[in-house]
Amino acid sequence: MRIVFTSAGILRGVRRGVPLLLGIAPFGAVVGVISLGKGLSLAETLLMSALVFAGASQLLALELWTDPPDILAVALAAFVVNIRMVPIGAALSFWLDHLKGWRLWGSLFVTVDHSFALSVAENRAGGRDAGFLFGLGVFTWFGWLISTAVGHVMGSVVALPPDHPLFFAATASFVAILIALWRSPGQDLPPWILAAATAMAAQMLHLPAPLPLLAGAFAGAFLAAWRETRKARA
Amino acid sequence: MTMRWDVTLAIIAMGVVTYLCRAGGYAVLRAVQTPPFIDALLRNLPAPLFAAYVAIALSKQDLAAALASIPCAAAHAKWGNFGLSIVVGVAAMAALRWAGM
Repeated sequence: MRIVFTSAGILRGVRRGVPLLLGIAPFGAVVGVISLGKGLSLAETLLMSALVFAGASQLLALELWTDPPDILAVALAAFVVNIRMVPIGAALSFWLDHLKGWRLWGSLFVTVDHSFALSVAENRAGGRDAGFLFGLGVFTWFGWLISTAVGHVMGSVVALPPDHPLFFAATASFVAILIALWRSPGQDLPPWILAAATAMAAQMLHLPAPLPLLAGAFAGAFLAAWRETRKARA
Repeated sequence: MTMRWDVTLAIIAMGVVTYLCRAGGYAVLRAVQTPPFIDALLRNLPAPLFAAYVAIALSKQDLAAALASIPCAAAHAKWGNFGLSIVVGVAAMAALRWAGM
């Protein structure tokens, strides 16, 4: 069946994005509050949300944030977290292969985990309008921008001490993401334990950030990939 | 609405790298066939990354952070709602701080 890109599809994507705001807004607000705590202005926070539009990598970059910023460290953090998007783009080829120009590259710009998952579900249900991905992505992009701005503004209204429980929200976000990635003990425990142990060992060796994180991430991913490909070969 | 040039540059670098992951990945993987091991490595990178991050983050905080992570994880396993899980984690942390931890 022919793939189309219509305004009706875009609107359908926007409507699908409304309930997602419940999950996105608190996360965005946390990013806004933390960016304020790290000394970023509202304009800088908005620029980061607009250009990066990826909560986990923004949180991680803010965790590594220094004054003046270490450009290589934050770019590396963005790369390591967002490398998961490399296969996501390829997995959306059922629609993207039929798009050109701004429809293709714009859709990719606003693609996140949520819009990816819902677009795959839409395609499986017979959806052939690639505007769905674009509409959903643009709507969540605006939601992300507004929620990070609200977090930044609210954070400046209420001055918070460094040990305020709200700052635990960054760690809580990563715990939640980790749990969301859980599949089964057999698949996940060995690489996760190796990742945590390697990161801790690298940190005890006083390796500079983000090397402990990278060492842990790639050690765990390497083990998981080796187990997966070994199983496939057997 | 101030913007420092070094901060702006760092944010633009993050944006470029992120867009390369989003769009560059699609462009490259459409054009070339990557080895199965690299596919598997990319597919499996997110979870170990977050495992490493959580380990590092908790090691830099006190016992209350490790304890508050438990209800946060349980809430996400039960309901799968990111906003709610964050609220549960922060509420647990607030309760532990209130209890003197």
